[in-house]
This record gives sequence, C-alpha cells and structure tokens, in this order.
Amino acid sequence: MASARAVQHARVAWAVGLLLLIAAPFIGVYPIFVMNALCFAIFACAFNLLLGFTGLLSFGHAAYLAAAAYATGWLVRSAGWSPELGMLAGTLIAAATGLVVGLIAIRRQGIYFAMITLAMAQMVYFVFLQAPFTGGEDGLQGVPRGKLFGLLPLADDKIMYFVVLTIFVAVFLFVIRVVHSPYGQVLKAIRENEPRAISLGYDVDKYKLLAFVLSTGLAGLAGSLKTLVLGFATLSDAHWSLSGEVVLMTLLGGMGTFAGPVLGAFTIIGLQNFLADRVGSWVTVIIGAIFVVCVVAFRRGFVGELLAWQRRRQKVG
Amino acid sequence: MEILGIPLQAFLGQLMLGLVNGSFYAMLSLGLAVIFGLLGIVNFAHGALYMIGAYVAWGALEYLGLNYWAALVLAPLLVGAVGVVIERTLLKQLYKIDPIYGLLLTFGLALIAEGIFRDAFGVSGQSYPVPELLQGATNLGFMVLPNYRAWVIVASLLVCFGTWFVIERTRLGSYLRAGTENPALVQAFGINVPVMVMLTYAAGAGLAAIAGVLAAPVIQITPLMGSNLIIVVFAVVVIGGMGSIMGSILTGLVLGIIEGLTKVFYPEASNIVVFVIMAIVLMIRPAGLFGKEK
Repeated sequence: MASARAVQHARVAWAVGLLLLIAAPFIGVYPIFVMNALCFAIFACAFNLLLGFTGLLSFGHAAYLAAAAYATGWLVRSAGWSPELGMLAGTLIAAATGLVVGLIAIRRQGIYFAMITLAMAQMVYFVFLQAPFTGGEDGLQGVPRGKLFGLLPLADDKIMYFVVLTIFVAVFLFVIRVVHSPYGQVLKAIRENEPRAISLGYDVDKYKLLAFVLSTGLAGLAGSLKTLVLGFATLSDAHWSLSGEVVLMTLLGGMGTFAGPVLGAFTIIGLQNFLADRVGSWVTVIIGAIFVVCVVAFRRGFVGELLAWQRRRQKVG
Repeated sequence: MEILGIPLQAFLGQLMLGLVNGSFYAMLSLGLAVIFGLLGIVNFAHGALYMIGAYVAWGALEYLGLNYWAALVLAPLLVGAVGVVIERTLLKQLYKIDPIYGLLLTFGLALIAEGIFRDAFGVSGQSYPVPELLQGATNLGFMVLPNYRAWVIVASLLVCFGTWFVIERTRLGSYLRAGTENPALVQAFGINVPVMVMLTYAAGAGLAAIAGVLAAPVIQITPLMGSNLIIVVFAVVVIGGMGSIMGSILTGLVLGIIEGLTKVFYPEASNIVVFVIMAIVLMIRPAGLFGKEK
C-alpha cells in the first residue's frame, strides 16, 4: 500500500505536471503537438485501465480510436453535427465496437485474448479500407472544428487546447475513480488471480467486458478529439502499429500506475516528432528496440521504477 | 463449364491460389504452434523471420548468384541461426514471467527487422524469378496448372508432414512432447532441456524461412509482407487451437481454400473472411477446432 508520504509526493508531481500543461501554450510550446500528445495520453490511460488494472492485453486498441475518429470526422464534416455531439457519438460507436469485440475476445484468456483482439482489429482495418465513407487510402480530410456548445470557437488553437486539457484531466480523474471503486477492486482481483475471483462468486466475464467497453469508449474519445484537433482521420489510426505503440506507451511509462501512461505517451510522441525528419525509417527500429529493452530490463516503466525506488528508500530509512 | 455462374477455369484458379496461401498459413501456424508448445511464447517475429527468408533468397541470387535450390537450404540455416541468437540472448530471460511479455518482445523484434529492411530495400518490393526447372504450366485438360504453384503446395505439404512425423513418431519428438508437458521432469531424466528449447525456436524460425523462400517467386518481396501475413496466421491459430500439429496444418489449408473461394464469389470480403470465421468459431467452440478446453 502506498504510504501517506508517497501519496503526497504523487499529488505534488501531478500538480506540477498540470501547471506545466496549463502554461504550455503561453511559453511558446507548439499547441498542436501538446494536444496530439494529450490525445494519446487519454488513449494510453484508457488502455492502461485494461492492461494495468485488469490484466488484459488488448493488441487492437487502434481499431476503437479509429472507429471514433472516422465517426466524428464524418458526422462533423458531412452531416454537420456539432463537435460535442460528434465526440459523444464517436465515443459511443467506439464503445459499441468494443462491446462486440469484447463479447468474442473474453471467451479466451491470456495470450489468446491478445491474438483475438489483434485479429478483430485487423478486420476493422480492412472494413475501413473498403468502406465508402472513410476515403480509403486518402482518409477523411478537412474536418472543421466548429463551435463547442455553439459558443466556443474551437478554430482558435488556445481554446481548443484548453478543451483538450479539460477532457484529459477529466479522463485521468475518471480512471482513478474507477480503479479505487469497489468495481476497480474486483478488476484487480481478476488481474491477480482469476480462478480465485470466480470461486468467490464474481461473474468475471461481466466485469471484464465492462472494463473492455469502458476502455474502448475512452480510446474512442481520444480518437474523436484527435480528429477535431488535426482535422483529419486516416487509415494509420487503425493500423496495428498504433495498437503496438499504445502498448509501448503504457509499458514504458509504467503499467498499472496512473501517471505512467501519460509520461509514456508524451515520451513516444515526442520521440517520434523529434526523430521523424532525422532518421527516416529508423524510427521503427528505435521503437522496436525500446520495446525489447522495456520487456527485458524495464518492465515496471518510469513510474513503476520510481515507486519501487521510493519503497526501497523507505525501508532503509 | 461453370460453377454457380463462375467459369470453371477461374474457379479452379482461385482454388489453387487459395491452396497456395493455405500452404503458407499451414507452415507458419505449425511453426507458431511448435514454439508456443515448448517455449510458451507467441512468436510475433514469425512474420519477420518469414520475410527475412524471402530476402535471403533474393539477396543470394542478386549478390552471390546462388540459385533457388541453394537458397532453400541456406535461408533456413541462416534464419535458424538468427533464431538461436534471439533465444539465447532475449527469450531465455522471459520463461518464468507472464507470456504476454514474450509477445511484446517478439513484436519489438519484428519492428526492428522491418525497419532495417525498409531502410535497406525501401517499400516498393523486389521480385524473384521462378526457378527454371519449375517454369511453365501443365495442361491438365480441365485447367492449366502453373508448375511453380503445384511445387509450393507439394513442398509445403512435405515440410508440414515431415515436421508432424518428427514430432509425433520419433524419439526426438517424444522428448519434445514430454518437454511441452513437464520440462522439469524431462530435465531430471537427463535431457538437456535448454538446448532443446533453443533448437526448437531455431527450427520454428527455419520453417518460417522455408515458407519465405517458397513464397518469394509468387509474391512481391517487401519488408511488410510478414506482419500482414502473421496477423491472419494468428487468427488461423486461434481457429485451430495450438494444441495439435495436424490441426494446425489442416486449419491452415482449409482457411486458405475458403479465402480463395471468397475471392471468387464475394471479393470484397476476402480480406476479412478468416477473421469472421474466427469470431464464429470462438462463439461456438472457444478452445478452437482442435484445441483442448482447460
């Protein structure tokens, strides 16, 4: 159990992080970059709810991000919906997709679960490749940001930025709330020892399915938001490499920690931005190498290592 | 002659193509099953090893002037050696922890291999000539059968049944099966399990390389060819269940044929038919067609 001091440290760290994020657009940081990173942070937090707190490895989370990205993009651009309704619809569509895939995938455990979610996501990818409304290889371009609730003009980058930041903070707090709720405790029990949870009388499948739907819905929210920020949705949102990246963000930051996925998302997005013009296709090699190093030597991730170090120091002190 | 409104020639042609694809599914899912059985690791790098096999064949011809038949020997040895290095340096450290880490590590390896080959050869792809001996086609009267495709099917069936024979009918195979059941006990009987595990991974990698060489003349050789295929093979493995060698082979072949026929009757769905079948099988028989429910 985390000591009172550790909790205090975490709170201070979060407060500093939040202040930095609030200050970011005023101190010359490129707002689109931070917004994009925040969207991926939401994506990684959603993913972590599943991998870190329930012990389920979904290897196809890009599918839900993309489903929402396309839905929001199409509804806002072609059907003229407002951004808030577009996001709501995107989130719900992602959650509904998650419900269908979840019903199929939870029939197997462990490594099979990962393979099934990957295969189902590939199916979604092919559907998007061929569906008439996604624009195929070109993607869905020119999505307007519109006005939030008919009032806030999102075309202004600063306003858009604070909308994204607010949604990110809300998702972050929501994940903490879920994990600390009685429901979250059952999820943890499933992660630690599924047969035991079953023998205690919990309908494990129902709990897992709800976690899957929550996680895919939030992943969808990230996708909807990303479409509004960038103004487009493309096939690369649905590609398996993105499903791999969100695993890496969570692993690198520290799975099963709250701040880990956020740090991981910022690190990976920052790294990709930094490397893109400099090393070309070696980005893939570097991402792969980080994967290998994380798995072999750094399984607790940044935040996990930090917490472990804190615990060790407390024992000594 | 027509079948359900489709000319017989086109029908048989797609059936043949499906069978060729099915042979690749069979060989790759077989390798995955063997590796999973003993190492408990789902080898995401399997697709990358298959891709490297194809590039070895291409490179051997391009730079060394070595022909197809030499590549068929060289590629599995070379890729098997890569497998030994991977197993000794990386996989070895993961046997005692959650199997998802094995998937993630091999995923990372696949990315590394893909990135390196993309940097070296670009994404446009290379083509490899059909070996002289197997050029041309045979007229069977009711259809024209390209010789190379027939060879792929025959060769992969030989490889698959050879593997099945070694595992199910030889002493070496019995050690392997025993090791899958209870490695500690097999070790106690004086069999060097770590070496056996290493060689198993190498053999699985070699199988993937053979598939890569066989595929080289019938596809575009690109750095991405492995990853796109391996996801379908995962679905094949889920459908068949990884418990049975013969099950893997059969499932691979049958799904290849179904995919080929889908191309004839409803081409839009040919990319997703394997995944749809996977979903249906999971609803009816979660352990897979040949798997055992735990």
